[in-house]
Amino acid sequence: MKKCIVSVLMLLMPLAVSASGGAGNLDKVYIDVSDQASLQRGARTFVNYCLSCHNASFMRYERMATDLGISEALLREEMMFASDKPGDLMVTAMPAAGAKTWFGVVPPDLSLTARSRGADWIYTYLRSFYADESTTTGWNNALFSNVAMPHVLYQWQGTRAATFEGGGVADVSSVRYQSVVPGTMTGREYDAAIRDLTNFMVYLAEPAKLVRYEIGFWVMLFMGVFIVLAYLLKKEYWRDVH
Amino acid sequence: MSKFMTWVDERFPATKVWEEHVSKYYAPKNLNFWYFFGSLAMVVMVLQILTGIFLTMHYKPDSSLAFASVEYIMRDVPGGWFIRYLHSVGASMLFIVVYLHMFRGLLYGSHRSPRELIWLLGMLLYVTLMAEAFFGYLLPWGNMSYWGAQVIISLFGAVPGIGPGLSEWIRGDFVVSDATLNRFFAFHVILVPLLLSLLVYLHIVALHKVGGNNPDGIDIKKDKDASGKPLDGIAFHPYYTVKDNLGVAVMMTALLAVVFFVPELGGWFLEKDNFAPADILQTPPDIVPLWYLTPYYSILRAVTFEWLPGGAKLWGVLAMGSAIVLLFFLPWLDRSPVRSIRYRGWMYKTALTLFVITFVMLGYLGTRNPSHVDLGLLTNVTWSQIGLVVYFAFFLLMPIYTRMDRTKPEPDRVTG
Amino acid sequence: MAEDKAEDSQPNRRRQFLTALTSAVGVAGAGGMMVPLVASMAPSARSRAGGAPVEVDISELREGRMMVVEWRGKPVWIVRRSEQMLTDLTEIRDQLSDPDSTVEQQPAYAANDHRSIRPEILVLLGVCTHLGCAPTKKFERGAASGVSADWRGGFFCPCHGSRFDLAGRVFKNVPAPTNLEVPPHSFVTATRILIGLDSQEPA
Repeated sequence: MKKCIVSVLMLLMPLAVSASGGAGNLDKVYIDVSDQASLQRGARTFVNYCLSCHNASFMRYERMATDLGISEALLREEMMFASDKPGDLMVTAMPAAGAKTWFGVVPPDLSLTARSRGADWIYTYLRSFYADESTTTGWNNALFSNVAMPHVLYQWQGTRAATFEGGGVADVSSVRYQSVVPGTMTGREYDAAIRDLTNFMVYLAEPAKLVRYEIGFWVMLFMGVFIVLAYLLKKEYWRDVH
Repeated sequence: MSKFMTWVDERFPATKVWEEHVSKYYAPKNLNFWYFFGSLAMVVMVLQILTGIFLTMHYKPDSSLAFASVEYIMRDVPGGWFIRYLHSVGASMLFIVVYLHMFRGLLYGSHRSPRELIWLLGMLLYVTLMAEAFFGYLLPWGNMSYWGAQVIISLFGAVPGIGPGLSEWIRGDFVVSDATLNRFFAFHVILVPLLLSLLVYLHIVALHKVGGNNPDGIDIKKDKDASGKPLDGIAFHPYYTVKDNLGVAVMMTALLAVVFFVPELGGWFLEKDNFAPADILQTPPDIVPLWYLTPYYSILRAVTFEWLPGGAKLWGVLAMGSAIVLLFFLPWLDRSPVRSIRYRGWMYKTALTLFVITFVMLGYLGTRNPSHVDLGLLTNVTWSQIGLVVYFAFFLLMPIYTRMDRTKPEPDRVTG
Repeated sequence: MAEDKAEDSQPNRRRQFLTALTSAVGVAGAGGMMVPLVASMAPSARSRAGGAPVEVDISELREGRMMVVEWRGKPVWIVRRSEQMLTDLTEIRDQLSDPDSTVEQQPAYAANDHRSIRPEILVLLGVCTHLGCAPTKKFERGAASGVSADWRGGFFCPCHGSRFDLAGRVFKNVPAPTNLEVPPHSFVTATRILIGLDSQEPA
């Protein structure tokens, strides 16, 4: 039996080290997809701001509403701006060709950003905008230098200037912000709003996350029973062997 | 029932096959933990085929649809995410199990005479399995899929003379494209699984012809009772069926734990970069194959010596190829008078330990940026060069140190 | 010799019991794992979204004409029948196999003489009840239709010659066993029909 435990540990050994590594200068965000209120607030921000330019083309409105406990009436009235069928995919009304001329790039699809970039990256990125006269949009980002995206939520956060310690290379670890025009939210409120949005985007990247832990728990329980039975059965037969 | 079986047996040797390979197939009674992994590999392979069939029902092997069809499976298909995770985690699990199975061979000398052919068929299985995994990895059409395939196919460009043409022929285009995806799909779902099934069959037939080895590495067939049953053998069924059943239960628990709780396993089983669709204009910062191929990838990257005739690239590919080919020769490189590690001397024990450490280290380094320092003191590429030397020394010096080694006498009968 | 030990009854019974129990749990587990695999073959969220109700504007549909819309990948016919057509329906009753729509091929609110909510507006699934071919419309009366001299207008299936009247009711002695299906539908306004959603009004 000891050997069985060893084998399980061996199989899970790769867990100890993460293959992705990742930059250490990102701000950590606490993700909890079971916090439905947070997901709902994040969803509202997402459909009102992000979805104006970006797609979430692997996600259906209906799925979001069902998973997040949003009624169909509310969904239709306040969350669907580019479609009238709840079964539709969450696709922006903005034509891709137009986006290309306005921003220089087609805004990327956001369905999987939380999986390709990570939650911490999104959380840091959305809190790293600053005003910069040298760019076409008038905005720049300390995490994503010269990003084509403007600061969509500047009314919430307010306008900020940035200086960089030691030579002025734009980098998220050496940035210092100065408030130029205060926003409608305090810094803490803004962080909370971005945390909700990030939380929603983590859900968006893998809706199955809402159910898989719970199913997993019951499956583990079942497997535990099966292992015990299999062990007893083996013991029983092997009493013959001397 | 017996009447029916008689009717069948007159036309097909059902009972005979059952007895020969299951109920009256006598396996050594002292098989330990390491002997689980053969049957576990078969169970995972069946699981891969099963989940693969259902994924094929929803997947689209078309470069403009493939990525979206995987997300369609993850979201729109009922139960789709479970099937997909089972398949992606199952692929890694199969390699874990196969590596442990192969290590068992090195531990107890299962590759030694008269089991050379079992080893060769097993090695063929291993290489075919790597091909299967490589073809399958392109199918999600993520950015890492794409660039991984691009890099590996480019290796064939190092073949002198025909190289560039060969790479184009494999891709069916000048870059990895729709044509490549389509043919990889055909290989992954038809050609290679057929080959794998055939090889598994041959592997088992060869095993049952000579009978299995055991942790003592001695022949159990020399001591038989009056009825011809080996004294140290027990019937595969029920003794090993109930034992393997326990192994399957434990392995499935581990597999399902990963599927439900950490399907990406921190990027080891599903890489971050593969959640972005293939982009011909944007190479991921570090192109890395999945962990089961990285030991060889490390060896490939370790060869950086430009002064080699023909250039470093050619020699890197050769080093990688021969690292795999050398494994085939193991039965003839090993000259020890005993099979099992239990009766070998310190030399083989040291060599095997070093080899395992090196193999794991190379695997880890294959996932890292070569110019970084992750293991202290030296850069990753220098460490992998050291690893390369140890890897090859293990094989090439084997005829010497296995003969010099001071072995202990083998027992007559199996020990516990 | 080893097996002999199993002969004494106590361990033998325990052995049988454990074997049966483990097998049962194992089979249940394997079965449970097959559930998502089998379930994956059911219509996906995409198919179900494609099967959502379809809203149709019939204000442009003139008398005696038919329009075709797609719902769940199947053709749905909408016909605005004339007075003449409605009168014809009552005169061919004895040629029909199920003139009173007793077989459930329509929602309750369409189980009437004209098989529709509003007498003039017919909504039908354009799929032959024989083997799923698409019947063609034959609205001309008499020999001009190419069906028969006493033809009063209806639908004709080219595959195996089944005939239906202008309410989708099947004629006697043709391969098709039942009347054409009336899909669930309802009127949103006087000129807009929602196909796929049942009418809430009493029949």
